[in-house]
Amino acid sequence: MDTKRALDLDTLLADRDIRIIVCCGSGGVGKTTTAAALALRAAERHGRRTVVLTIDPARRLAQSLGLAALDNTPRRVDEIDETAGGELFAMMLDMKRTFDEVVLAHSDPDRAKEIFANPFYQAMSSTFSGTQEYMAMEKLGQLRARNEWDLIVVDTPPSRSALDFLDAPKRLARFLDGKMLRLLLAPARSGGGRSVLRLVGASMSMVGRIMRKVLGGQLLNEVSTFVSALDSMFGGFRERSERTYRILQAPETAFLVVASPEPDAIREASYFAGRLAEEQMPLAGLIVNRVHTVAAHGLSVERSLAAAETLTTTDPDSVTAAVLRVHADLVRTAEREQRITDRFRRTHPDVPVAQVPALPEDVHDLEGLRRCLSALL
Amino acid sequence: MVTGKGGTGKTTVAAALALALATGGKRTLLVEVENRQGIAQLFDVPPLPYAERRIAVPPRGGEVRALAVDAEEAFLEYLELFYRLGRAGRMLKRIGAVDFVTTIAPGLRDVLLTGKVKEAVTRVEQGHRVYHAVVLDAPPTGRVGRFLNVTAEVAGLAKVGPIKHQSEGVAAVLRSPTTAVHVVTLLEEMPVQETADAVAELRELQIPVGSIIVNQTCESVLSGARVTQTQLRRDLEALGLPTDRRTVAGLAAEARDHQARIRVQRRLRSELEQLGPPVLELPFLADGIDLSGLYVLMDALLEQGVHTA
Repeated sequence: MDTKRALDLDTLLADRDIRIIVCCGSGGVGKTTTAAALALRAAERHGRRTVVLTIDPARRLAQSLGLAALDNTPRRVDEIDETAGGELFAMMLDMKRTFDEVVLAHSDPDRAKEIFANPFYQAMSSTFSGTQEYMAMEKLGQLRARNEWDLIVVDTPPSRSALDFLDAPKRLARFLDGKMLRLLLAPARSGGGRSVLRLVGASMSMVGRIMRKVLGGQLLNEVSTFVSALDSMFGGFRERSERTYRILQAPETAFLVVASPEPDAIREASYFAGRLAEEQMPLAGLIVNRVHTVAAHGLSVERSLAAAETLTTTDPDSVTAAVLRVHADLVRTAEREQRITDRFRRTHPDVPVAQVPALPEDVHDLEGLRRCLSALL
Repeated sequence: MVTGKGGTGKTTVAAALALALATGGKRTLLVEVENRQGIAQLFDVPPLPYAERRIAVPPRGGEVRALAVDAEEAFLEYLELFYRLGRAGRMLKRIGAVDFVTTIAPGLRDVLLTGKVKEAVTRVEQGHRVYHAVVLDAPPTGRVGRFLNVTAEVAGLAKVGPIKHQSEGVAAVLRSPTTAVHVVTLLEEMPVQETADAVAELRELQIPVGSIIVNQTCESVLSGARVTQTQLRRDLEALGLPTDRRTVAGLAAEARDHQARIRVQRRLRSELEQLGPPVLELPFLADGIDLSGLYVLMDALLEQGVHTA
């Protein structure tokens, strides 16, 4: 492997100028585990006061971090080695509660109560697929503003595409900004007469009629009430979203793209690397998880299979033949994974890559988290 | 419907299933809904449009068509079909209303996507169903319950009116025996846990679970075997292969890892068998999945009687 392009995670974790590490990538690549393992290592090895923000951790991993309750506040993880002077905190995102907090921060109690009671708000704050992304970023902004940790490691939501995490907050902020809705709902509201309406005139009321017909009056009325209740907060939403966006572009932030050595995940990683460059967000490297490694390097696939065949002609139950077949499969898998990873290297020659070997068993405790980065290739 | 934790290969399994169900002169439709163009990549064809295109031909006649459902296109199609509002659609799009319906309003997007699937399932031409089966590459296990539970999702939003009507039509099809949700998993802890959660959730929602499809299983050629370095060295030497310490110890270590995996897999397989639905297995293909690999998986599904699953 070209050492220039090898990602040195310890150097990254030790760098005190780095205050935020964002782990992103497609679903099922081990993002949450990686985020937790990085945070643990930062605390134990590099003495950093670290907080890891997880979105939807597997139950047992959550338990190992002491996250039995989803209570939206960082909890100190006690069972770690603090001899290097570090500490580890972990939290699990509660998107609805985070959304509620934002509403409370930007309106008076009566107005907030009105918003909380609105059916459209209830549905949106707990089910809209972009809410999770938006609230993860909101939470990141809050944690950074508290300035209590010198490193924040963020896991990103398991969205349809890794890019949702950048796009959804913007989309939601745009929606909450309400320009579209104010245009759309104006004909249904009493006392309209805004200047913008006079510009669009007749076609607007037609849009209103269509939307009423297609979506039903009840829904539009609820959206309308929601929007009026939220009116005073629009600026606040946009401003917060923009502030977090700027943090993501700052040199104190490092993005790590996580992938498995499979075509889909690597393709997504490539796409994400390009997108981060476009957004001027600092990409520190690619972590390829669960890479198969060969221990017996001197035996090619062909020689192993030929030998296995020779052995089974005399002894059909030859254990050595079975071992050689397992080895041949492993070599083929490892070679395929390297070919797939090399696609990323060729298209992104400047992005350092780290490979994490596959472990025979899953990671679900602190010891597993320690092991999973200690064997970096 | 094919779901599964991310990374378990549900798109691949959905494609193999669409092929298997089309063999012997039938027509199936393979649908994706998450704008990933996973089907096109799998079959090595250009990105799929919002149109049903032939994508593969199974053995003994038949055809697999594919469709990438785009929520926005589905919405415009819906407007045209039910309200004859094709042109107004463009205006709605300009103003951001389409964006509202397809991405922001909770649940509406899923009603549109599952609605399109229902339309394909029930479509009739000249007195015959157009498709013998429609295979949906559904969202992953973490989101599939919400995706399929369309009525509940929009219930808070629409107590009466066209959305409620539409979602109830879709829900009726999803809860009927016409539907089977297959859950794809690997023999690893987290996917197995998610499979158990998904099966429980789907049962709760009264959506029929088809089978559990275990992907990437490997043969347990070494299960229970005693591997010793002495024996390995002796056999390698007899064959004129390298017998240095690294090679011999390396092979032994690889065998140990393999056996450890097999043990975990055996335990997880029995956990899966206790869930209730039939468990089907697909082999691990060391060279990865290409078009010929899909046919291997199709054969494996047919051998295990996927028609009845």
